[in-house]
Amino acid sequence: MSSGVDVTLDNVWIKFGDFVAVREANVNIKGGDFFSFLGPSGCGKTTILRAVSGFLNPSEGRVLIGGKDMAGIGPNKRPTALIFQNLALFPLMKVWENITFSMEVKGASAVERRKRADELLDMIALQGQGDKLPSELSGGQKQRVAIARALCAEPDVLLLDEPLSALDLKLRQHMRTELREIQQRVGITFIYITHDQGEALTMSDSVAVMRNGIIDQIGDGHAVYDTPATPFVASFVGENNVFRGKISAINGNEAVIATNRSGELLSRITPAAVGKLKVGDDAMMFVRPEVLNVGEGTDKTTISAKVLNEEFEGNSYSVFLEGNGGKRIKMAMPNMGQNQHSTKGEVVSFSYDVNNAVVMPAGELASE
Amino acid sequence: MRSNILFGRVALAVYLVIFFGYLLGPLLVMGLTAFNSAPFPSITPWQCYTYEWFGALFQDERILNGIKHSFIVGIGTVILSVSIGLAASLVLTQVWPRWRSTYYTIIIAPILIPGVVLGISTLVFWRRVSEVFGENAAFLNNGLFLTIIGQSTFIASYCMLVFVARLQRFDTGLTEAALDLGATHTQAFRKIMLPFMRPAIASAAVLAFLASFENYNTTTFTFGAYPTLTIELSQMVRYGINPSISALAVIIVALTVFAALAAEVYRRRSKIKSGDIKPGKGLPAWMFGNVATILLVALSFVVIAMVYSAQAYSPAQCKIDYKAERQIENQTRIEALQKARREARQNAAPLESITSEPPSQGAGAFGSVFAPTNLEDAAGTGSEESGTPEAPASPFGSVFAPNNLEDAVGAGKN
Ligand SMILES: Nc1ncnc2c1ncn2[C@@H]1O[C@H](COP(=O)(O)OP(=O)(O)OP(=O)(O)O)[C@@H](O)[C@H]1O
Ligand SMILES: [Mg+2]
Repeated sequence: MSSGVDVTLDNVWIKFGDFVAVREANVNIKGGDFFSFLGPSGCGKTTILRAVSGFLNPSEGRVLIGGKDMAGIGPNKRPTALIFQNLALFPLMKVWENITFSMEVKGASAVERRKRADELLDMIALQGQGDKLPSELSGGQKQRVAIARALCAEPDVLLLDEPLSALDLKLRQHMRTELREIQQRVGITFIYITHDQGEALTMSDSVAVMRNGIIDQIGDGHAVYDTPATPFVASFVGENNVFRGKISAINGNEAVIATNRSGELLSRITPAAVGKLKVGDDAMMFVRPEVLNVGEGTDKTTISAKVLNEEFEGNSYSVFLEGNGGKRIKMAMPNMGQNQHSTKGEVVSFSYDVNNAVVMPAGELASE
Repeated sequence: MRSNILFGRVALAVYLVIFFGYLLGPLLVMGLTAFNSAPFPSITPWQCYTYEWFGALFQDERILNGIKHSFIVGIGTVILSVSIGLAASLVLTQVWPRWRSTYYTIIIAPILIPGVVLGISTLVFWRRVSEVFGENAAFLNNGLFLTIIGQSTFIASYCMLVFVARLQRFDTGLTEAALDLGATHTQAFRKIMLPFMRPAIASAAVLAFLASFENYNTTTFTFGAYPTLTIELSQMVRYGINPSISALAVIIVALTVFAALAAEVYRRRSKIKSGDIKPGKGLPAWMFGNVATILLVALSFVVIAMVYSAQAYSPAQCKIDYKAERQIENQTRIEALQKARREARQNAAPLESITSEPPSQGAGAFGSVFAPTNLEDAAGTGSEESGTPEAPASPFGSVFAPNNLEDAVGAGKN
């Protein structure tokens, strides 16, 4: 099997006429990594993949695969295989012919192809279905065939454009682990696109979070989740409570923010913003629902609010609160077997650990 | 309420009868004329049931050659038009999105231009080209070449429309997927695009062949030394037709119906195979619930029976009888007319000078009326010659000319 190769986007811009779909993308993907692009619909994820696989040329900048500039090299000459968002299985070919198409164009014999197809069908748990037509498969089965077809080409870089979107939750979780396993077994570079942050966080070595063609942050799951670089990342990845206000004091890596409705709160400055915040700047502070605890902390980490209602979510309870001036806050409590956490209308005080809150310059939030 | 519904149904039935009569009536009549021994296509007066026109058809060098040329031109046109049409449709749907509508207009123009204009311009243009190339490019002036080129100018546009309709449903992602998996552009075209286009190519080919086969107005300028069937037919009509044309029509209709039924049978069979229709018990599986198959078998039987009976059956006796009958009939008529003439002469003396002018013609014609062969000939050409300037000026004289006599008889019977 081929080993993974590096993929580098060097100051890549992609424009469609006047519309800039990708702006100044600089990405270094290590060989053999599982790298994800995460972002809302229309942010340019597919566009980046198409530039890597060679279907479109960057308006500016370079795409390098294994250190080699790919300019002028067509998609059929690149060591990449793309799993299309709409799968693009060949409707007139049987499943096994689909899977081994890459061998067929190289002139492999039917016997050889059939053998390889059977191996791959085993791997995707579709034994004995090789003679069906794609139209006779379920959505999830089609996706698995598409994965097998791409793997059959033995690429150095596998590009996956939301390959699990059509699967139900169980199968999706199964396929996530499966994909991760395949990736570790064959050792090739995976570039994975998703708008499902759970998927991105569980599978990836590295995640790039995109917004409107701009890459806001690149880092591993922890970095992206715990120390978001921008308000967009903070609000897009996972759930977050946002407090707007102005910086009233800065002390090293910590800052006090005078929030609009919830008084002064203390927070860590997110690493990407250290040194960029000044007293008086518009800022946003983020605290995740699961780091809020009932009970008082210090006077700058305590908020009090009225319980609006409570939702049971299986592994946890979500408590919706209303603070001063109608400020909505969400708190998550693990389900430890209790029936209820709070009573409606009750005013509770809750607090957080300073290290679990981040503050950064105000900016665009992910729209719900 | 009830009567309203009833009225509606009756009206619908009447409408359908009229509609189908209008559609199929001419074909039916023409088909019947092929079996009437009357020397020009007619069903009344019905003379004798005969297959002689089929024989005549296969004896007619011009028609046979016409068919041959039509086939050559048809096949050439299919090849040329399908390839041009396919290329044009690919360009239209895949390249140059900006120029699409302009390009479309240009490509579609030949359909809107009258075929006559296309024919003339083809002729003029290629004559110029062949002049430029001189002797060694004589094929440029060849009728077959010109006809194929001329017809393809607009038939290719039809083909393109068929292809564009199909291509619009093509997912270009499939080509991309093929390229991504290492296929060359040629391989992607051959293995992905062509199989997808296959049904459209088949229908475009049939369409192109039919359009070529029936084309007249472009071909009429370009055929040169290779008249196609339509050209031959139209020339024959000018000099008087006989029912071998009807016989040809019968054959063409039979072949068309045969092909349509066969296609339907094939479609049904593949449906049964794929399990969309369940085959029943008793009948062979492929026959079940298949009106098309039954009709196809019936049609085959009819054709075989006809061909077989054609060997044995001879309308000779019937013809002799019919001729005798006609002779008697004609004689009585002629006698009646002679009588009328005599009376007319007595009543209108001033006319004598005029009527006496064409006696020789009248008399000569008279004699020939009684020769059975001439009678037939005359009947055949009668309709053509009535009112021609050669006819004697006097109304009486012309009445006595045997041609017009036949004409009058025919008209009376119709
Ligand atoms: N060929 C094109 N011409 C013009 N604009 C395009 C083209 N392809 C994509 N775009 C635009 O570029 C932007 C990014 O598109 P892209 O397909 O990369 O989104 P995406 O992040 O993959 O979204 P999704 O998650 O919905 O698939 C979109 O606004 C889209 O409208
Ligand atoms: Mg996409």
